Amino acid sequence: MIYLDNAATTYHKPQSVIDAVVEAMQGMGNSSRGSHSGALKAARTVYDARCKAAALFGCSDPSRVVFTSNSTEALNIALSGLFAPGDHVISTDLEHNSVLRPLYRLQAEEGVLLDFVRADRQGCVDYDDFEVLIRPETKAVVCNHASNLTGNMLDLDQIGSICRKHGLLLVVDASQTAGCIPIDVEKTGISVLCFTGHKGLYGPQGTGGMCIAEGVEIRPFKVGGSGVQSFSKTQPAQYPTRLEAGTLNGHGLAGLSAAFDFIAETGVEAIHAKEIALMRRFYDGVKDIPGVKVYGDFSTDDRAAIVALNIRDYESGEVSDELSENYGIATRPGAHCAPRMHEALGTAEQGAVRFSFSYFNTEAEVDIAIDAIREIARL
Amino acid sequence: MREKKLRLIITFHTTTAAMAFEKYCMANGLPGRLIPVPTSITAGCGMAWMAAPEDRPALEEAIQKDALAVDALYEIVH
Ligand SMILES: Cc1ncc(COP(=O)(O)O)c(C=O)c1O
Repeated sequence: MIYLDNAATTYHKPQSVIDAVVEAMQGMGNSSRGSHSGALKAARTVYDARCKAAALFGCSDPSRVVFTSNSTEALNIALSGLFAPGDHVISTDLEHNSVLRPLYRLQAEEGVLLDFVRADRQGCVDYDDFEVLIRPETKAVVCNHASNLTGNMLDLDQIGSICRKHGLLLVVDASQTAGCIPIDVEKTGISVLCFTGHKGLYGPQGTGGMCIAEGVEIRPFKVGGSGVQSFSKTQPAQYPTRLEAGTLNGHGLAGLSAAFDFIAETGVEAIHAKEIALMRRFYDGVKDIPGVKVYGDFSTDDRAAIVALNIRDYESGEVSDELSENYGIATRPGAHCAPRMHEALGTAEQGAVRFSFSYFNTEAEVDIAIDAIREIARL
Repeated sequence: MREKKLRLIITFHTTTAAMAFEKYCMANGLPGRLIPVPTSITAGCGMAWMAAPEDRPALEEAIQKDALAVDALYEIVH
C-alpha cells in the first residue's frame, strides 16, 4: 500500500518509537503511584516526555505540559474549562469538529457566544476580520494552526498579537502542525496549545497533550486519582496533576518520548522541507491535469503537506475507493470532520479526496499517485 | 473508474456497526465489501456495505435473523 493519509494518522513510525513502546510494555509501573523501581521508571519516562514536549513547543515550564489521549481530549479540556456563560469566543471556518462540536455545545448548553472568521473559496482568512469581531465580552480566539482539509496555515504571530493587544486568550489546535511546523508558544503568545501524538509527531495513537501558559486557569474536566494529596476532597490545583486524573498512558508516552527524540534529532525544519517537497511534486504533477481541481492556497510553503482535490464531478468516495482498490493508494474522501471548511470551498456535497504526505513517503510513491490521478481523470 | 451499475448499499449509524457487519458477513460467507458511503445517500464521512442487488435477500435475512445493527438499505446506481 502507498499510504497518503498521513493527516489522519502517520502510518510509518520510527523504529525507536516502536522499540520504546515494546520496552515499556515489558515492564513499567504506574507514574505517580508509589516509589518502587517500576513506578519510578514510569514517572521518569513521563517526566522526560514532558520536558521534551516543553522544549519542542517553547514552553519554559514542563509542569505546564499536560498529557491527554489525543488533541480532541485536550481541546475538550481546554474549551470546557475556560469559559463562562456570556463569554464570547471567536473561531474560524478552518476548524475541525474537535473544536467545532465542543464550541457548539458550549453555545447550546452554557450560553457561550460564538462568531466565526470566514474563509474564502481558497480557504484563506482576512486577519482584519478577527479584530472586527471583537467585542467587550470576547474572551478568546480558538483556532486551527493548519486546516486538515486544505493544509492552509493560519499566521499565529498575527493572531497572537491581536490577542495580546485585546487581552484575549489564544487556544490553538496544532493537530496538523506539531512536529512539522516550528511552534513557540511563549513567543507567539499561545495560551493553550493542543497537540496529538499520532500524526506529525510520529508517536503512538492514544497520546496527545496541551501546553498551558502562565496565568491560564483551566477548570478540571475530570477529577479523581492523582497519587498525591489523597485526603483532599478536591483535585490538586497544581498543573499537570490538576488535569490528569487517572492513570496516564505510560506505555504510549514512552513511545511519544522517543518520538520527540526523533523530531529533535531530525529537525522540524528538515521534516517540513521533505514533506513540502513531496507535496509540491504531487501538486505540480496533478494541478494541470484536465478535470482535476485542487483546493487551497499553494502560494506559500508555510502550510501543511496536504493536497485536497476532486476529479470532474466524480464522488470523492468513489475516487478514493478506486485509488485504494486498483492502485493500492490510501487517501481520505468525504468531509474530513471539517464541515465549515467544505462549505467555504463549495465541496459540501462532493467532498474531496485528500492526499497527505509524511517524512517517510518517497518521490516514487508520489509519481505513482500522479499517474493514477491522470488515468482516473482521462475520460 | 469502476463501472457504474445498480448496487445494494447498506448504511450504518457508527463505524462499530459497520465493523460488526463486516465480521458477521465474513464469518458467514455473505457477499459484499466496505466502501466510502456514497454522497448521494449522505454527505460526510463513513463507511457503507456494497453488494449486488441479487444478494439482498440473503443479507436481509441475516439482518432480521441476527438483529444486525444497520441504518438503511438502498439500491442505487453507484
Ligand atoms: C485539525 C485537527 N484537529 C483535531 C483533530 C483531532 O485529532 P485526534 O483525533 O488525534 O484527537 C484532527 C485530526 O483528526 C485534526 O486534523
